[in-house]
Amino acid sequence: MNNIIKKFIPQILAILFVVLIFGFLTLNAQTNMDNRGIDFGFDFLSQESSFDVQFSLIEYSGSDSYARAFLVGLLNTLLVSFISIIICTILGVIIGVARLSSNYLIKNSAAWYVEFFRNIPLLLQIFFWYYAALRALPMPEKANAWFGVTYMTVKGYYIPAMIWENLNIFLYCGLAAIISIIVLRNYASKLRDTQGKQIPVFLYSVALLIVLPLLSFLFGGVSLGFELPELKKLSKISYIYEGGISLPPELIALVLALSLYTSTFVAECVRAGIEGVSKGQKEAAASVGLTPNQVLKLVIMPQALRIIIPPTTNQYLNLTKNSSLAAAIAYPDLVLVFAGTALMQTGKAIEIVSITMLTYLTISLTIAAIMNWYNKKIEIKEK
Amino acid sequence: MFKIIKQLTSVVAMFAVLFAFSTETMAAKKSKTLENTKKRGFVRCGVSQGLPGFSNADESGNWTGIDVDVCRAVAAATLGDATKVKFTPLSAKERFTALTSGEIDILSRNTTWTLSRDADIGLTFVGVNFYDGQGFMVRKGSGIASTSEFKNGTSVCTNLGTTTELNMRDFFDSKGISYEPVVFEKADEVVAAYDAGRCDTYTTDKSGLAAQRTKLSAPDDHVVLPETISKEPLGPVVRQGDSVWEDIVRWSLNTMIEAEEYGVDSSNADMMKTSNNPAIKRLVGAEGELGAAFGLDNEWNLRIIKQVGNYGESYKRNIADTGILPDRGPNELWTKGGILYVPPAR
Repeated sequence: MNNIIKKFIPQILAILFVVLIFGFLTLNAQTNMDNRGIDFGFDFLSQESSFDVQFSLIEYSGSDSYARAFLVGLLNTLLVSFISIIICTILGVIIGVARLSSNYLIKNSAAWYVEFFRNIPLLLQIFFWYYAALRALPMPEKANAWFGVTYMTVKGYYIPAMIWENLNIFLYCGLAAIISIIVLRNYASKLRDTQGKQIPVFLYSVALLIVLPLLSFLFGGVSLGFELPELKKLSKISYIYEGGISLPPELIALVLALSLYTSTFVAECVRAGIEGVSKGQKEAAASVGLTPNQVLKLVIMPQALRIIIPPTTNQYLNLTKNSSLAAAIAYPDLVLVFAGTALMQTGKAIEIVSITMLTYLTISLTIAAIMNWYNKKIEIKEK
Repeated sequence: MFKIIKQLTSVVAMFAVLFAFSTETMAAKKSKTLENTKKRGFVRCGVSQGLPGFSNADESGNWTGIDVDVCRAVAAATLGDATKVKFTPLSAKERFTALTSGEIDILSRNTTWTLSRDADIGLTFVGVNFYDGQGFMVRKGSGIASTSEFKNGTSVCTNLGTTTELNMRDFFDSKGISYEPVVFEKADEVVAAYDAGRCDTYTTDKSGLAAQRTKLSAPDDHVVLPETISKEPLGPVVRQGDSVWEDIVRWSLNTMIEAEEYGVDSSNADMMKTSNNPAIKRLVGAEGELGAAFGLDNEWNLRIIKQVGNYGESYKRNIADTGILPDRGPNELWTKGGILYVPPAR
C-alpha cells in the first residue's frame, strides 16, 4: 500500500500541475483577450482573403478564402521540401560514398564540400544563392537558350509546358508497369529462395517502365505536345517569357540552399552507416563467391541502411522546418502566406500561429512515421 | 538569424497576452495607461524599423520623424518632458500584437487607418498625421509613364503584411491585368530585389517610394508614376478600452496641427499667452481648463508646442528638409489648399 502511494502520488500531482497550468493559461488568455476587445475564433478561415500569391500549385486568386490561401502555402512548403529531400538524398549518398573513396582527390574534395556547406548558416546560404543568382543571371531578352528551349533568367527559369491528350491512359499504363514490377520482384525473390535461380530483375523493370507507357502512345491514343516559352515585350526595356512553365528564382534558390546544406548531413549519415558495417562481413561475402555488386547490394547496404535511416530522418525533418526561412526571399510558403500576410490582414495572431505550429508538427510526424515504417521493414528480424 | 529573432519577439508578445494578469479594468474618468506611464516615467512608443522622415534612428540612437514627434508630444503633455519616450522598433507583422498585448502604449508607425483594423483587432485609430497613397516606381528607361501602360505578366515587388498587398490586387484585378506579386518581409530586401531587376515595378506608399528610392544604386534612373491607387491615411493607434488615453493621444496630435493653423510655434509659444485671440490663449494654456478633462494640468498643450513644435515645424524638419517630399501636397492645412483639418480645441 505504502509503495503504491509512493509510486503514484508524485505522478498524479505532476499531471494535475500540468493540467492546472494549461487551464490557467487558457483562462488568462481568454480574460485578457476579452478585456482588450480581441475575438477568438476560426470564422476568418472562410472569409475572402483578397490578396494574391506569386506562385501556387492549385488555382488561387484573391477572391478565394483564407483556408485556400493556407492550402496554397502548405502545398508550396511541401513542394520545396519534397524536391529538396530528393536532391539532398541523391547528393548526400554520392558525397558520402565519395568520402570513403580510395582516390585522394575525390575523398578530399568530398570532405571539403561537407565542411564548407555545413558550417555556414543556412539563412546566409539562402541569401547568397538568391541575391548572387539575381545579380548573375541575364535579363529575359539576353538569356541564351539551354537545351534549345529553356531559358534561365533573372525572372525565373522558363521551361516548355507539356500538353497531354488522354493523359489518364498514360497514367494507367504507368501504374500497370509499377504493379507488374512489384509482382515480378516478389516472384524473383521466391525463385531465388526456393530454387536458387537469379533473374536480372532490374533490367526487366526498366524494360517494363519503358515499354508499357510507350504502348500507350502507339495504341492508346496518347499524345504529347509542347508549349514553348516565347519572349514578350512589357515595355521599352523589360521583357518576359510567355507560355510554358516558369519556376520562380525564389524556389530555385531555396531548393539549392536547402539541398546543398542538408546533403552534407546526409553524407555524414551515409558514411557512418557504411563504416559501421564490419570489414569481416565484406570479406566473408566475397569468400562465398558473391560478386562485388552482390556484396554491396545483399550484404553491406541492408546492414548500413539500418544505421543510416534514423539520423537521416532527423535531417529530413530539419529540412522541412528550415524551409520556413523561405519568407526571407519571398518564396510564398506556409509561413509567408499564412503566418505572414494572412496573420497581418486578419490580426488573428493566436489562431494562425497555433494552426501553423500544428501543421508543421503534423508534417514532421508524418515524415517520421513513414521513415519509421521503412526502418521497421529493414531492421534485423530476429528469428 | 534576425528573422528568427523577429519571430521570437512576436511569439514573446503573444505569450505576453497569455501571461499578463487581467487586472486592467475600465476606468471611468481615470486612465490606467496614464497612471502607469506616470509611474514608469516614460511613454512606450512603437515605431518602424527605419523609415526616413517618419521614424528613423541615427547612429547614436536618437529617433526622429513625424511619427516619432507624435509620441514626443504625448510625453511632453503627460510627463512634461518630450525626451521621456522609449521607442520600440517593430516590423509590420509585429506591430498590432505589440500594442494589444500591452508591450507599447502608442503605435505611431506609418499605419494605415482602415475599417477592419479599427473595428476588428482591439485597436483604435486616433487621427491622421500623414495623408499618403500607394504609387508605383519604374525604371526611367522603360518608357512607362502611367499605370495604364502595365501589361500582362508584370512582376511587382512589395512588402509583406501591409494594405499595399490588398490595394495592388484591387488595382490589377480592376484593370484585368495578370501580375506576379513578389512579396518580401523587409523593405531592404524589396529594394535589393527590385534593384537587381527581379521586378518591373516596386509598389508601396508614395512617401515610402520617395524614401526608398534614395537607397537604390542609381536613384536617378527610377521614377515614381503620377497615379495614386489608394487612400493611405497614416496615423497613431492606441489600444481599445482606455478612452482617456485615446483622447490624450488624439488631442496631442490635434494640438500640433491647430498650433500651425494659428501661427503658434516653438519660438513664439510663450509670447502667445498674452494674445488677444481666445483660441490662441486656450492653445497655450492661458485660458480655459482644457487639461482637466484628461486629468492633466493646464499647460500640457503649451509644452507640446514648446518642446516638439507645431505640425508644420515637424514636417519641415523631418520630411521637407531631408528632401523626401518637399511639397506638402494634401498634408497642407485646409486653409492653404490641403486637407489637414482638425476639430477645434475648446
